[in-house]
Amino acid sequence: MIDQPDLTDPVITNPWGMLRRLTPARVALGRAGGSLPTRPQLDFQLAHARARDAVLLPLDFSALGAELAANGMASLNLESAASDRASYLRRPDQGRRLSTTSLARLAHHRGRFDLAVVVVDGLSSLAISSHVVPMLLALQPLVEQAGWQVAPLALVANGRVAVGDQVALALGARMAMVLIGERPGLSSPDSLGIYLTYNPQPDTADSGRNCLSNIHANGMSYTQAAMRCDYLLREALRRGLTGVDLKDDSDPDVGVVGANFLLPGR
Amino acid sequence: MAYSITAGGRVYQFADLRTLMAKASPRRSGDELAGIAAATMEERVAAQMALADLPLTTFLNDSLIPYEQDEVTRLIIDSHDAAAFAPISALTVGGLRDYLLGYDCDSSRLTALAPGITPEMAAAVSKIMRNQDLILVASKCSVITRFRTTIGLPGRLATRLQPNHPTDDPAGVAATVLDGLLYGNGDAVIGINPASDNISAVNRLLVMLDEVIHHYAIPTQSCVLTHVTTQIEAMRRGAPVDLVFQSIAGTEAANRGFGVTLALLAEAREAALALKRGTVGNNVMYFETGQGSALSANAHHGVDQQTCETRAYAVARHFQPLLVNTVVGFIGPEYLYDGKQIIRAGLEDHFCGKLLGLPMGCDICYTNHAEADQDDMDTLLTLLGAAGVNFIMGIPGSDDVMLNYQTTSFHDALYVRQLLGRQPAPEFAAWLAQQGIMDERSRIQVGEQLPLLFANALNRLGSPGHHGGGKAA
Repeated sequence: MIDQPDLTDPVITNPWGMLRRLTPARVALGRAGGSLPTRPQLDFQLAHARARDAVLLPLDFSALGAELAANGMASLNLESAASDRASYLRRPDQGRRLSTTSLARLAHHRGRFDLAVVVVDGLSSLAISSHVVPMLLALQPLVEQAGWQVAPLALVANGRVAVGDQVALALGARMAMVLIGERPGLSSPDSLGIYLTYNPQPDTADSGRNCLSNIHANGMSYTQAAMRCDYLLREALRRGLTGVDLKDDSDPDVGVVGANFLLPGR
Repeated sequence: MAYSITAGGRVYQFADLRTLMAKASPRRSGDELAGIAAATMEERVAAQMALADLPLTTFLNDSLIPYEQDEVTRLIIDSHDAAAFAPISALTVGGLRDYLLGYDCDSSRLTALAPGITPEMAAAVSKIMRNQDLILVASKCSVITRFRTTIGLPGRLATRLQPNHPTDDPAGVAATVLDGLLYGNGDAVIGINPASDNISAVNRLLVMLDEVIHHYAIPTQSCVLTHVTTQIEAMRRGAPVDLVFQSIAGTEAANRGFGVTLALLAEAREAALALKRGTVGNNVMYFETGQGSALSANAHHGVDQQTCETRAYAVARHFQPLLVNTVVGFIGPEYLYDGKQIIRAGLEDHFCGKLLGLPMGCDICYTNHAEADQDDMDTLLTLLGAAGVNFIMGIPGSDDVMLNYQTTSFHDALYVRQLLGRQPAPEFAAWLAQQGIMDERSRIQVGEQLPLLFANALNRLGSPGHHGGGKAA
């Protein structure tokens, strides 16, 4: 006697699939028993495989330099003390320092500046190639309006956030603004972060910085990021500090697109 | 003081206690990065043998980081309970391992012992324990804490519902909160990592979570994981803060890197206690830690990362937290290179924290630049479940869309509850049963029909005048 095949679908779907409109998070995946059904399981594996590949993808600095130049921005190509991607991943200390040749190169550009803008590939070259030019274009009018003296734009290969401290110090800038590729996530392999550091020093602690993160298509827009940067830069230069003592008290409602539907009468 | 031992026909010398501890540490990339790891496998085992022979009293007389230089050392020494230490005061590190594994060393004995154990003793004994030892002894420890739920009871496993969103959008956060609740998650805390530390944005999230918890009468607590000074300011402005969060580390200098001192943490705790928002208890602090943070802040004093991590638990212990979460794989491959190192570190942290009397949970996680994957996380999750971990994270589909890393999913919590017969915290389990979300065997009940309260919420999404439409709208 052979059992008849059971034709009922073993996957229990969730009737709240419409929530996917509200967040890039993997909600309403359904379940097989209490476990992840096959399809979302493999979707995840694919996303992870792509993110792993993205970490190793090198940034095309000559293409970036050309694109910046086409938008009227001259730039300096620098590299950290980490000679390749493998040492970059294992040796954060090397990623925080410039190579000797890059440091020597900066000496020719030393001046008195309010701001050094430093573009660093970090963990996502995709974030830099996708977002740096439009982000800088969004910042440009705000910086010009404020009348700040800006040092030559620096591009650093295989760098970490703190490499910006060394660049700003060498250029003679009061403040460092680092645009860096953040660790690639499954849903956002191209996330850009901005770190602001007043009076950068070789031993600046992370608590001495302000950070904006998640600048990408599903995250913070260029306009929002530029407005927040503008606020933080003004306050930092006025009060002479960044970090935990500089709170972002700018208009909070920028960027809110949806209300909390869990409560009635909203 | 120098230490030496003969192993494999060779004499090994260790200049001081911190060198001995570092060389005895199971291999990990962070100690290699710091240049303090054992040079050979034989040297590592030699150091472990020398460490095993060391009397526990050594740690009371020989501080790895000088008392005068470091407030964490002062806290450890000044708060040591000599009476609790008495039963093990004559033991060596190796003797302590055997003692902990003994049948007589049960839950009540371990609880009594906790105030007598210093972080360095816990770290030392962990270095000569295998994974199974770390699991077995931790499983005998019982640490129970309370706010609106009771966390850490036998046979229970709680989750932090982590509804992060890349722009802190209320509708996006609400979507993940709902998904998590319908998958039976959120009894440890509903805790958001905000994308910005903007005070008004933080306040808006605090108010939102408070309103949701009250509207649905959910027995749980909320937290917005921003810097402690921002939370103090939010409380000053009248925000509904349940738990105060802070990342902490095991040295004064590393804590300075986080912008905190013991005095600041005490101030924050006092402010939260004064709000009297707990119903079944008053554990108001939520701490996160992780191996490598001291080295990352260049504040490790030549002490290995696992010992630094355990010293952070002394800081946590002082403030009677509801939750302590070791975020084990978040820091990256420079500190924990691959799945093997992450798994070992997660078990060490959980064991050391429990031995010291802390309500340990674990963010079982990895980043995309580490040599790790979901299989490694499944292994660590299962082992920590067996070890009796108090809580884990719960996010949709393991993918944190704001912090860009992978941690345990809502489904993962269901897996480990099913496999090991674990229930949510009792108050929360009762609420889930009442809503028809989960049965008494921790099986999800929700099918095509939603519980009424939540069906109403989804109906609002479709109704005119309600701007629920997000990105795609």
